[in-house]
Formats: sequence, structure tokens, C-alpha cells
Amino acid sequence: MLVLFAHPSLERSEVNRPLARAASEVDGVTLVDLYAEYPDFAIDVDREQGRLLGHEAIVFLHPLYWYSTPAILKEWQDLVLEHGFAYGSEGKALHGKLFFSALTAGGPEEAYRAEGVNHFTIRELLLPLEQTAIMCGMIYLPPFALFGARNAVDQGRIESHLSDWVRLLEAVRDDRLDIARAQDLPRLNADLGAIIAAN
Amino acid sequence: MFQAFVYLCAAVIAVPIAKRLGLGSVLGYLIAGILIGPIFGLVGSETKEIQHFAELGVVMMLFLVGLELDPSTLWQMRARLVGLGGLQVGLTAASIAAVLLLFGVEWHLAVAVGLIFSLSSTAIVLQTLSEKGLTRTEGGRSSFSVLLFQDIAVIPMLALMPVLAVPEMADLGAQTVTPATGLEGSDATDLHADMSLVEGLSGWAHALVVLGAVALVLLGGHFLSRPLFRFIAESRLREIFTATALLLVVAIALLMTLVGLSPALGTFLAGVILANSEFRHELESDIEPFKGLLLGLFFITVGAGIDFSVLFGDLPTLLGLTLGVILVKGAVLFGLARLFRLAHGDRWLFTLGLAQAGEFGFVLLSFGLQSGVFAVEAAKTLSLVVALSMLLTPVLFVFYDRLIVGRLGARLDAEADEVDEQGPVIIAGIGRFGQIVNRLLVASGIQTVVLDHEAAQIDIQRQVGVKAFFGDATRPELLRAAGIEKARLLIVAIDDRDRAVQLVEHVHRYYPNIKILARAFDVNHLYLLEQAGADLALREVFDTSVRLGAEALKTLGMHPFKVEKMTRAFRWHDQTGLDQLYHLWDAHPDVARNRAFLARVKEHGETLAQVMETDRLQLHDRTERGWTPPPKDYHRHLS
Ligand SMILES: Cc1cc2nc3c(=O)[nH]c(=O)nc-3n(C[C@H](O)[C@H](O)[C@H](O)COP(=O)(O)O)c2cc1C
Repeated sequence: MLVLFAHPSLERSEVNRPLARAASEVDGVTLVDLYAEYPDFAIDVDREQGRLLGHEAIVFLHPLYWYSTPAILKEWQDLVLEHGFAYGSEGKALHGKLFFSALTAGGPEEAYRAEGVNHFTIRELLLPLEQTAIMCGMIYLPPFALFGARNAVDQGRIESHLSDWVRLLEAVRDDRLDIARAQDLPRLNADLGAIIAAN
Repeated sequence: MFQAFVYLCAAVIAVPIAKRLGLGSVLGYLIAGILIGPIFGLVGSETKEIQHFAELGVVMMLFLVGLELDPSTLWQMRARLVGLGGLQVGLTAASIAAVLLLFGVEWHLAVAVGLIFSLSSTAIVLQTLSEKGLTRTEGGRSSFSVLLFQDIAVIPMLALMPVLAVPEMADLGAQTVTPATGLEGSDATDLHADMSLVEGLSGWAHALVVLGAVALVLLGGHFLSRPLFRFIAESRLREIFTATALLLVVAIALLMTLVGLSPALGTFLAGVILANSEFRHELESDIEPFKGLLLGLFFITVGAGIDFSVLFGDLPTLLGLTLGVILVKGAVLFGLARLFRLAHGDRWLFTLGLAQAGEFGFVLLSFGLQSGVFAVEAAKTLSLVVALSMLLTPVLFVFYDRLIVGRLGARLDAEADEVDEQGPVIIAGIGRFGQIVNRLLVASGIQTVVLDHEAAQIDIQRQVGVKAFFGDATRPELLRAAGIEKARLLIVAIDDRDRAVQLVEHVHRYYPNIKILARAFDVNHLYLLEQAGADLALREVFDTSVRLGAEALKTLGMHPFKVEKMTRAFRWHDQTGLDQLYHLWDAHPDVARNRAFLARVKEHGETLAQVMETDRLQLHDRTERGWTPPPKDYHRHLS
């Protein structure tokens, strides 16, 4: 499993930092801190493509910035998902791989619906990622999302989110995720128990 | 001494006036010659000797032309050279001979005269073309091809002269008579040279010696000249380098004369051989002033040599003949220009430019006289026609300028631009700094011209395939030879601080359109460079130091992107400080007396810790500014 982590202001992160650390401690997970590896955005395309080939599931881990990923993840997509590699008649390198985004949003869940201040659900807002994954022949799963991230520490919601996160990663690794059911959820952690088989 | 005074005086007065009037320098020199010679009689028979000496100017000009043409370019020109040149000489000679036959002239004579008038004046045409900046136009290149072919064609023509001799006259001719212009033997083979390596040799041996001499020039030029120049260059004596360059030209001219070849042709070949060498621009800038002076002298002697008594003896006939020659030559040239599909403006340049007879004509005439082809009177008349047609050439160029260019106007300019290759980037100084800049530019497909005064450095650069030239980049002539007039950008990376500033100042003053980027050693140097007109100056160690500092922070465990943010803020902060200080500095660059500047610097240095603290706070503010998360309860206030 490849977790591509993007956070430009790590020293002030309250949620993503523990999430990244936790992921790095899960067996079978490769954690890449993109801002650390490419502080000048000069992404090494060959190296990144090599990493993709070596993993069965690709995860973006990031805070939600303006309803999207931080800039470096966009740069990563623009450079690494080349024609002939990720898409096109010859581009089958990513076919059948699993993809989802693990994100934290400042806004509360109520804000992410038609009547809320953000007017759209998180899944709707991430449609560009979803279509990108489809275009690359990957299996797209809804995001693993934490809302109200700015209050998560104060409200003691971090611990449970962290254990959910580890549980999800291990389930994906061990093939215990019910992919068909997961695909229809609004977000993966809406009901983890229902989509993960016991081991 | 008095002679020198007279010649220089005449030139100094006549040439600028002629240029002012739009007549070009060649006509100016010719007029100066006429003034001091036939009109005021200030100079006399010694013009003949002076002219011999001045012919070196023509030889040098061909050497310089050769330097501009590397062998591959010459090879590309072969079709035009042989086709256009061959047809021009052949057709012109035939047409003129035919006209003469119509007038009942005996055929030997007709052919000889045809040959003489088929030649044009390399000296006048090339000088005028380069003065007007037309060398690189289609018309200019075609003209050059034809002139080069003529230079070569003179050699067989000389061999042909005795064959054309009318037997009865041969004896007469043996008593050498000087033609009316007082010209004898020009820059081509001076067969009366006292020394000759080929006199009395059999045909075979002769051919061998000639071939050997050419081979010597080619091989020597290729293999020997560069080590020699490098050796001289390392001695760091400028005047010795200049002397060596002159020696090279004179030696080749001498060798060619000894074996009966055209010295101009020999030096031209040497020039071509050296066109790819690192010393090209230095040689150019060394020879250029000598060429200019000697060529001027040559033109003066042509003017001074005109014999007015013969001229006014039969002015209408002479003028008629001259115009006739120009008309016939022009007609042939115009036809060829159409055949070779020259554009409208180029066609007229080609036609009007080459319509005169040339200095080689004098050579053929004096040789023909001795061989008994011409009678003395005829030779006098003919050489006056040659001189008159040369005298009229600048007038034809004026005609071209006023009528053709005037009418075509903008169109011609546009064409000329297309022909010109894109201006290069000149890099002055190819030390450790310049090398990196050059590598980046060349890798990006930018054409660069590299200059350095370290011969050894240049040698290394050449070995790795860099187009590098030896020379002191702060010398205006070298810059000009390197193409500063057309350059888009100058990069100053020379070691000498003061000279770097001078260089920037000079280029900024004389070529204000060229962008200048310079390497600075420190802040003061940076200010000096910017004040001198550099568009951008960068401190040579600043970037590297910042990068090493960044690596240090990473090594200490700081997150790389945090380091990135720190260095960005640091650079910004430094630049702002630099700009602020510049205003104070610029108000009074004499730092020692600039109170405000000193106060500011002192303020900065007063307590280092304090400065560090402000720096720290300012940097912190800037790095904290990006990607700041919203306040914890921000969403409550969103509607
Ligand atoms: C530049 C920027 C843009 C943001 N855009 C959004 C947004 O569009 N929607 C949202 O809910 N939160 C947004 N936020 C809030 C972040 O999502 C929130 O600070 C982050 O998830 C907290 O995680 P962390 O503690 O790991 O940094 C934004 C924050 C920043 C700095």
C-alpha cells in the first residue's frame, strides 16, 4: 500500500501528522511525505511511477484545501499520470489498483451537503479525483474523511479516528475490505464495521 | 615624413566629408588621392611604391573575409562560386570582345581587353559592402562569390596573355613602359618580382612548387598556427600577438608571390583555415585597423595615379568607353542575377556593385604590355578606363542607395533581417562561473560566443566542444569582432572586478539595446555593476551559501519544506534589504563619505544579536504566513 502524504505546514498540523505517523507504523505501508521529498516541486516522475508499480493500493493523505488536495498532489498527478503509463491504449500500469483519499476537513459534516454552507457532499467535491481514478482503470473508493478537524483534538475525536485509520489500512492490506459495498458509501468511515470482514 | 603628413591630412579631411555627404569612404579616399596627386601635385612618382605597400591592405581584407568563412560555408558556396562566377567572367569577356570585334578591333586584342574588363574591384566592392552592412544579404554574398572566382581566374588569365600577343608587338613590349596610371603590378601576381621560386623551372617542377606552397599554407595554417598563437598568447604581450598576426599575413603573401600565385588568394585560404580557431576574433580585431588604413592608402594611390594629361586629352572618348564598359558589364550581371533568381533589391546591388573594372585589370594590363598584347597608347587609355570605372563605383552605390533602396524601403530591410542569423549571446570570461552559464545556455540550444584572455582555458573549452575565442573581452574591437552589434545578450563573468564594471559601462553606453547580466563578487561590486548599467547582477556565492545553509538545516532534522519556506523568506528579506541600501548607496557611491549609508550599515552591525533577532522575527512572520489553518471555531461564523 502506498500512502502519498501532502501537508505543507506540518509543524502546525494537529490531525494529519498523527495520521501519517500511524500509517508509517503499519506493516506493508509505504509512506511518502511529498513535501519533504520535493520541497521545490521537482517531482521525479520515473521514481514515482516505479513506486506505483510496486503497490496494489494508492492512498492520498492530506488536509482538504479549498475543496481539493494541497498543490503538490495536483502537481504529482499532472506529472506522474502520463499517457502511455496511466491512461491511453498502452497505459495500463494502474489497472485494477485500489484508490482512495484520506482527508481532514475544517468544516463540520453538516456543512457538506446541499443545504450546508458548502452545498455539496465531500464525495461530490472530490469528483475530479474519482474520474481520474476511473480514467486510469483504478477502483475508486469514497474518501476516508474526518470533519471538523480543527476541533478534533479538543473534542477527543483523534484517538478513535486513528484506530479507524489503522484498521482500514490493515483491512485493505489483508484483502478483508468488501469493495463492492464500500464503493457505494458517502465516505469510507461512515460504517467501517459493515465493510470490513473480521480476521 | 612630409609624405605621411600629406597622405594622412588628405584622408582625414576628405573621408569624413565624403561620408557625411553619403558618398562612402572609398570615394572619399579616391578624391583625396586626386587632390594630392594630379590636382595639387603634392605627391609624385613615389605613389607607385606606396601602392605596392598598400596592396597589403587588399591582402589583409581577403584574410579577414576568409576568417568569416569557415570551410563548410565555403563548400556550400561552391555552386554559386563556380556557376555565377564562371558565367560572369566568361560572358562579360565574350560580350566585350564581341562589341570590340564589331568596331573592327583585331581579335587578339579584343579578347585580351574582354578579359581585363571582366574583372571587378574586390577592394572597393567588399569595403563598400561591409561599410553598408550588406555583406550578408543575398546580393552581397553573390557579389562575394563572383569576386572570389575572379581572384582565382586571374591566374590562368595571366598565363593566357602571352598567347594573345601579336607577334610584331611582342618586341616592342619588351621595352617596358609604364601605363598611364602609373600602376604596375597590383595585388595579384607581381611577375616582375625580383625573387621567384619558379623562374626557369620546367612545367612539372613549377606545378609541384606551386602545389607545395598551397599545401604549406593549408597544413601550416591548420596544424602549426594554433600552437604558435597559443604560445604567443601565453606570453601576455598584446603587441607581440598583433605582430605575429601581421607576420602571418605578410609571410603568406610573400610565399604566394614567390611561387607566382595571388597573395590575396593565399591569405584568403589561410583565413578560411583559421575561421574555426579560437583566435579568430582576436586576429580579426588585430588586423582590422591595419587593413582599414592600408586599404585607404591603396585607394588614395589609385586616385593620385590618374594622369590628367591623358585624361583631358580625350575626355569624351574615355568617358564613353568607361560608360560602355559599365553598361555591358551591368547588362551581363543583371541577366545573371535574374537567372540565379536574386530578389529585386539584391539584383540591383549585384548589378551596380560589380559593374566596374578592378585593380587586377592594372596587373593584366602591365603584363599584357610586356607580352606585347597592347601598344603603349592603348594600355594608357585602357588603364584610365579601369581607373575611371573604379572611381565611378561609389557613385553607382550612391545610386543604389538613393533609388533602389529608397524605393524598396522597408521591404529590403525586412529581407536583410531574415538573412541575418539570430544574434548570439556573448559570454565574457569562461572561468568556473562562465562555464556553468555557458553549459546551461548551450544545452538549451542557445548560440553563444565565449571570450577569455586565458589561452589555456580557451583550449580546454574548445576540446569539450565549446565555441570559445581568445581575447580580452574588455577591448571594444574584440567585442565588435565577436558580434556585439548583433548580440542579444552579454554575460559578464570576468575575474577582474574593475574591468567587469568598465565592460558593462562601455557596452551599456554604446549598445543600449543589449541586455547585460553580470556576476558580482560582493554587494559593493553588485551596486557598481548595476550603476554601470547591468540589467541584473548576482553575487557569485550568495545562492550556493544559501543552499548550503539549507542543507545544514535539513541535516539538523528540519522538515525539507520548512527549510524551503525559510530560504524563500530569507532570500526575500535579503533582497529587500539590498534594494533599500542601494538607494542610499546610489545617492553617494563613495561609501567612505556616504553618511546615510554608513549609518544604516552601522545600525545593522551595531549589535549583531539584535539584527539576528529582527531577522529571525521577520523571517518567522513570513514563513508562518503560508498555509495557516483557520481559527478553531471559524465555521461557526460561516453562514
Ligand atoms: C489553505 C487552506 C485551505 C483550506 N480549505 C478548506 C476547505 O476548503 N474546506 C474545509 O473544510 N477546510 C479547509 N481548510 C482547513 C483545513 O482542512 C484544516 O485546517 C486541516 O484539515 C486541519 O488538519 P491539520 O491539523 O492536519 O493541519 C483549509 C486550510 C488551509 C490552510
